[in-house]
Amino acid sequence: MTIMEPRKHGDASDGTVGGRQTRFEGNLKVTGGATYALEYPLDGLAYAILVQSTIPAGRVVKVDAEKALAAPGVLMVLTPDDDMGLLVASDWGGNRPENQPYYPLPRQVQYNGQSIAAVVAESREQAVEAARLICITYEKAPHVAGFDDVAAGEGKVMDNLTSEWGDAETALAAAPVQIEGEYSTPREYHVAMEPHGLTVKWDGDRITVWEPSQWSHGMARSYSEWFGIPYENVRLVSPFIGGGFGSKGAALAHGAVAAFASRKLGRPVKLALTRPQNFTNYGGRAATRQRIKIGATEDGILQAIVHRGASETSTYADWPEQTGAATPILYRIENFSSQHRVVPVNTVTPGALRGPGKNPSAFGIESAMEELAYKLGMDPLELRLKNYADHDYQSGKPWSTRRLREALTEGAEAFGWSRRSHEPRSMRDGKTLIGWGIGCGTFPVIQAPSEAMIRILRNGRVEVVSGAIDMGQGTYTILAQTAAEVFGIPVDQVEVHLGDSRLPGAAIAGGSMLAGSILGAVHKAATAARDELIGLALNDEKSPLRDTGANTLTFSGGRIAAPRDQGPSLTLSELMAALGRDEIEILRNTLPDGATAQEQHQAWTSMAKIQGPTMGEYSMHSWCAHFAEVRVDEDFGTVRVSRIVSAFDCGRLYNPRLVESQWRGGIIMGIGQALLEEGLVDQRNGRTVNSNMGDYLVPTNADVPHIEVISVGIPDYGASALGGKGVGEVGIVGVAPAIANAVFHATGKRVRDLPITLEKLI
Amino acid sequence: MRDFSYLRASSADEARQAALQAGSVLLAGGTTLLDLAKCGVMEPETVIDITHLSGLGGITVDAGGATIGALAKMGEVADHAGIRAAFPAVSESLSLAASAQLRNMATIGGNLLQRTRCSYFREPDVFPACHKRNPGSGCSALGGVTRNHAVLGTSDACIASYPGDLAVALVAFDAVVEVGGRTVSVDDFFLLPGNTPERETVLERGEMITAVTVPASAAAKNSTYLKVRDRQSYEFAAASAAVGLEFEADGKTVRDIRVALGGVATKPWRARNVEQALVGKVLSPETVEAASRLAMEGAVSHGANHYKIELAPRVVARAILKVGGLA
Repeated sequence: MTIMEPRKHGDASDGTVGGRQTRFEGNLKVTGGATYALEYPLDGLAYAILVQSTIPAGRVVKVDAEKALAAPGVLMVLTPDDDMGLLVASDWGGNRPENQPYYPLPRQVQYNGQSIAAVVAESREQAVEAARLICITYEKAPHVAGFDDVAAGEGKVMDNLTSEWGDAETALAAAPVQIEGEYSTPREYHVAMEPHGLTVKWDGDRITVWEPSQWSHGMARSYSEWFGIPYENVRLVSPFIGGGFGSKGAALAHGAVAAFASRKLGRPVKLALTRPQNFTNYGGRAATRQRIKIGATEDGILQAIVHRGASETSTYADWPEQTGAATPILYRIENFSSQHRVVPVNTVTPGALRGPGKNPSAFGIESAMEELAYKLGMDPLELRLKNYADHDYQSGKPWSTRRLREALTEGAEAFGWSRRSHEPRSMRDGKTLIGWGIGCGTFPVIQAPSEAMIRILRNGRVEVVSGAIDMGQGTYTILAQTAAEVFGIPVDQVEVHLGDSRLPGAAIAGGSMLAGSILGAVHKAATAARDELIGLALNDEKSPLRDTGANTLTFSGGRIAAPRDQGPSLTLSELMAALGRDEIEILRNTLPDGATAQEQHQAWTSMAKIQGPTMGEYSMHSWCAHFAEVRVDEDFGTVRVSRIVSAFDCGRLYNPRLVESQWRGGIIMGIGQALLEEGLVDQRNGRTVNSNMGDYLVPTNADVPHIEVISVGIPDYGASALGGKGVGEVGIVGVAPAIANAVFHATGKRVRDLPITLEKLI
Repeated sequence: MRDFSYLRASSADEARQAALQAGSVLLAGGTTLLDLAKCGVMEPETVIDITHLSGLGGITVDAGGATIGALAKMGEVADHAGIRAAFPAVSESLSLAASAQLRNMATIGGNLLQRTRCSYFREPDVFPACHKRNPGSGCSALGGVTRNHAVLGTSDACIASYPGDLAVALVAFDAVVEVGGRTVSVDDFFLLPGNTPERETVLERGEMITAVTVPASAAAKNSTYLKVRDRQSYEFAAASAAVGLEFEADGKTVRDIRVALGGVATKPWRARNVEQALVGKVLSPETVEAASRLAMEGAVSHGANHYKIELAPRVVARAILKVGGLA
């Protein structure tokens, strides 16, 4: 077991992969030196503001903008009457319909809060005021507010998500012990601190977009396709991003509107969504519900799982929040059946939010497992260990690595699980009921090709250059550590340039796939650059190392020398000077050799080349086990999380300090999901009425207890070149059921619908 | 936000004079004004800045009670040693309200006048019907999402709850609002919505709160403010109670008790029926529990806020037991 103790900055381990290097860009961020997308100071900026629908379904008949156009400072009003001449861009898979027009401000209203007009003015205040003067006439149509609305129907089965093996119904019917429950989660939102928005500027037919992005290349492609300009003419800049959590991976309608306005006005435009607009201009996590039946023997061996799930989607696109994602792989199960439906309602199309699919899925199966444990009178930890999956029963493949058993046992040890009393309501402190619960989580290892450039400069500094994104997860830092390790130099001798679509291609900062993907490319490029330098140093007649007789060189402690110290040792800058070189620049990618330029473009700008967790010979996933302690006021029903211990198997950790930070962040979001977060929809008009930070509650510092995180992983070289598995998504998965299970243990009340607000317990 | 003119008042009289003009509004901490102007709920034509005026701040506490200037900051009052000693419920109500940043900006006068968090009140573009905003237009909250709406003091015209904490503590201890030349008890200062929910207080146009006074009492000295909510910090009350208690010399019979509720009513809610049921009684968990239920006399639920009717008496009971040394 590795309980990660804080280590002093400056330890020998700092600077190399696996060291606890502090955040590379941390100083910039805390001193205000990091410039975010909406802060770029440009001369002649105009300000755009969106106008959104106030009905859930129907048609815009007329937009009366006369008063708005006459208001002070107003430069332009855009409405569904304006044909911007845009074309639909490719979807995530890279598929694109031929010549289909794109209307970012559509005439058809598909949900309440849809952007249907925009105002551009000399100041943001003027634009906001003018926007309120716009008068829109609608032709209303019937709407479906949510999937509990009777008019919503059952939706449609997503066949590609159906998973069956064995004979689940028969095995279930024959099982001596059965449980059944329906579990639901509400609409949840990203609520990143930084709102969505952009600053955009045209120079002829070239466009620069400063926009927070989890994927500079993919979003640049959308702009190029919308406007029919070459990809190379788009530059999307996103060196820093104030939280994404899945919401900033795609270019959205507001980007098209701002870019169009900028082109038409011939001046740069800034558009920032208001906080309420951040709730409707892109999708949060879909509301879900799932019915789970488990059959088991009397000694707790699982016989069958039958799962039927559903999630909301919009009326114009299918986005499944896959409630059956974790269900098939957490336990040993011979008979399994899962189906997932999407139910179209009048909402913006939902999207990926931390731990998509796995997260609500784990809430279902991990709540159900605990219900089974109580039905059996068995310790929930014992039940989980008893049904440990020795391989992936869904794909039939062996795990690449799976240390979930260690996560459960070492987490339990650190938490003190053995001191638990089994009966609900058996632990209390006066009026406060105390409960303990477990929730396991998982997230697949997804791999994507990436590209990186290494430059060795004459001054001895090494540059790492990539269009990859750092949204706080630590890309700058671990790329620097990787290069520093290859060249045997301190981290501060490395410079990292990220977040620009004109830089080498990279995987999306999403799906926990970036670190494993980009580090492979950086390591490959850095090793190639080092090899090139070694070749020059051993062969160039100007090189002081030429006569050492060595056939390779060592890079250590900032110096380059022959392996057995024969001859001189030089720093990088001394060697570059001796060689008379200004720069050595190497570009490498992790595509198969010989990939064409088109294949490379496709790899960086679509999901076409990504590799799922079971596409190779193994089944590859990150795993975790959360142990939560809650304190519930018996009279008031208020739940406070007082302690969390979480053990993770994420393979090798490139930087434990930053990994712990991501895990804790995920756990804190999980506390919010369990206890606070819920988009409240007015059934009468489909409006999310708590679309602000005062009414949509996320945890404050006072809601966050001590969180102990433990790494039980081992390097997994099947999962990535350097042995790591994903860390960003998995942290949240399993937190909500751990808390719900603890609430049951405390109170004897099983809450199957999140969030667990006080009225559900009094 | 709409353009407005800004007037920096040179005296309280000038501020009052300017405030007589329709469309004028006083600016103190600005934490409510700015928020509601952004929502399009308040559209002042003139903002009259009184933040720098002398004589409107300050906190004095003596044997008779406390005088708190209208411009005193929430944070200052919460941390004032004299207030904490003589009126713990007042201090606690402020400490548990808003966030540290807001408490550093917001004033006592402005805090009393903060507006409801009713979602329908706050979104005029989507929900034009709101009697409070636009008299005669209807009430969008009825039939809508009502988890945070009031169960006491409601009318067919309005079910918006009063959001504040401080006024709940003040109404419990018979505090008085000084409005220029006249004084009004806090209880009378706030109005029930009835058919005129747009009128929230007795303040007339051109009037300005100058101070709040709270008389000293043994009950105020032995008091607490208990606030229950889903989030540990920075959330309005699901239900709250300000309670003060004075025993007879026997240490168990109630001589004086004050009970007020927050988060459940359309105005800061003094629960005199609970008080009357306990005066002269020996305090016990049973008597307290029975009396606390009286707080919900006349309560009406509107769907999702039903839980408040169950929750609020429990909050009241816990607070009474706490100041009575029984919890």
